[in-house]
Amino acid sequence: MNAQASINQIWWIGFRTIVIREYGRIIRIWGQTLVPSAVTATLYFVIFGSLIGRRVGEMGGFGYMQYIAPGLIMMSVITNSYANVVSSFFGAKFGKHIEELLVSPLPNWLIVAGYVVGGLMRGLMVGAVVTIVSLIFARPAVHHPGVIVGAVVLTSIVFSLGGFINAVFAKNFDQVNWIPTFVLTPLTYFGGVFYSVSLLPQWAQTLSHLNPILHMVNAFRYGFLGVSDVSVVQAFIIMIGLVVALFALAVTLMNKGVGIRD
Amino acid sequence: MQALSVRGLRKTYDNGVEALKGVDLDVAQGDFFALLGPNGAGKTTLIGIVTSLVNKTGGTATVFGYDLDRELERAKSCIGIVPQELNFNQFETPLTIVVNQAGFYGIPRDLARERAEKYLKQLQLWEKRNSPARALSGGMKRRLMIVRALMHEPRLLVLDEPTAGVDIEVRRLMWEFLQQINVQGTTIILTTHYLEEAETLCRNIAIINNGLIVESDSMDKLLRGLHTETFVLDLRQSLAEAPIIAGFKLVRVDDHTLEVEVSKEQSLNAVFTQFSALGIEVLSMRNKVNRLEEVFMRLVDNRSHT
Repeated sequence: MNAQASINQIWWIGFRTIVIREYGRIIRIWGQTLVPSAVTATLYFVIFGSLIGRRVGEMGGFGYMQYIAPGLIMMSVITNSYANVVSSFFGAKFGKHIEELLVSPLPNWLIVAGYVVGGLMRGLMVGAVVTIVSLIFARPAVHHPGVIVGAVVLTSIVFSLGGFINAVFAKNFDQVNWIPTFVLTPLTYFGGVFYSVSLLPQWAQTLSHLNPILHMVNAFRYGFLGVSDVSVVQAFIIMIGLVVALFALAVTLMNKGVGIRD
Repeated sequence: MQALSVRGLRKTYDNGVEALKGVDLDVAQGDFFALLGPNGAGKTTLIGIVTSLVNKTGGTATVFGYDLDRELERAKSCIGIVPQELNFNQFETPLTIVVNQAGFYGIPRDLARERAEKYLKQLQLWEKRNSPARALSGGMKRRLMIVRALMHEPRLLVLDEPTAGVDIEVRRLMWEFLQQINVQGTTIILTTHYLEEAETLCRNIAIINNGLIVESDSMDKLLRGLHTETFVLDLRQSLAEAPIIAGFKLVRVDDHTLEVEVSKEQSLNAVFTQFSALGIEVLSMRNKVNRLEEVFMRLVDNRSHT
């Protein structure tokens, strides 16, 4: 085996090990990782969809329940992808077992990729659970499966990277919760999960278009229902751009040792 | 080939503390090497830089010829580290911890499981392989860190106070194990506050103080260079004051105990001859401190004073 093949093998086994470890963590603490989103989504469907939704009537040409279902799935994917990486990486920093990876021959980009795949796994697992819950309340419709898969995977990667960067800078558990509470939740609620931005006044529509979550939710909704408040192509460009920029930032922070090396 | 070669290594922390002020150090392949120094001397910083957990401010370091700046990943593949602080996931089991660690070094899972069984058995942890790591005793946790560091069978094993807080029985087990893997070819660098441990295990030694290497030599040579030793003598009869014997410094510790300082050129026989003449009977005798401790204290004290 030549030197490069040997390095590739080390990288592949190392990457797989991080992914297996992250999967093991998600399953080991399933009560914290998988169940809460299913409960929350059920409550949203019952209260917003079934009780209030009946009075709202149609939105975008679909029943309100059917209209908000993709948004609720995407909301759980965003929250869980972010939460998985921020808690896992910060936990590893706090418990110092991140050193197991830092002393290993794995390059930093591979460590970032391993954690991101962990976030992607949890995002998709929770997304699947919430999709199953949504089938109880809303009639299933699939307009464009490729757009559904592309949007959910890219969104999950974006927020996994966001969680990673948050964890790199976080010095305590409070700082792990700041971004989800004060940034992520407001952006998600104003990101067209529960309504079409066409209902808003012009200035609010313009402002909403600066929110990347609006583009992600609408691209995902387009995959199911074939309707969107934004250009789907533009939404994918934004998502891919964010993935590239955040990945580069995460690797740069790791290379500099920000928050992890003295 | 040198297992570790360090030149002009410097580290200044953000708070201005200069932990290393230009360290030069060589550790030969196959050596069992002691790196000693008082708390805050720079030992852990030096180890941190070599294992890439600390960013250096200046200087160079190579591990088996691999430069840490240019061939970091190859250098890291050669090193196994047992840090001072416990740094494994307390919620995972020992088997998971060590098999995963092997994976981070590219060891296939089947081979990792074989090695895990071998080393966990050797260090008497196999029975606990599926218990949560947090449930292990202090000594078991220390041994688990040694097993974890060995999973990729490194050429250089760095142990930062591996036996801190471990009882004597477990410490002896660890010593035997470390001697065994050293004989099999693993180079070992050991930092410890138990100087008896360093004297028993190590062939070469460096003493670091205030961020500089103040001595680096073979253990034998260093101990041979010890100019004076202090012995504690237990006496049968009580003494009101220390006797005066020409050429020797005697100090009365209590009614039945004397301390005598003997230089390299002097013979203990001369002391005993004088004691016999004075009718003083010595029941037993021991070194006041272990020999390495004596060297260590003198070197560190001298440097502190200058």
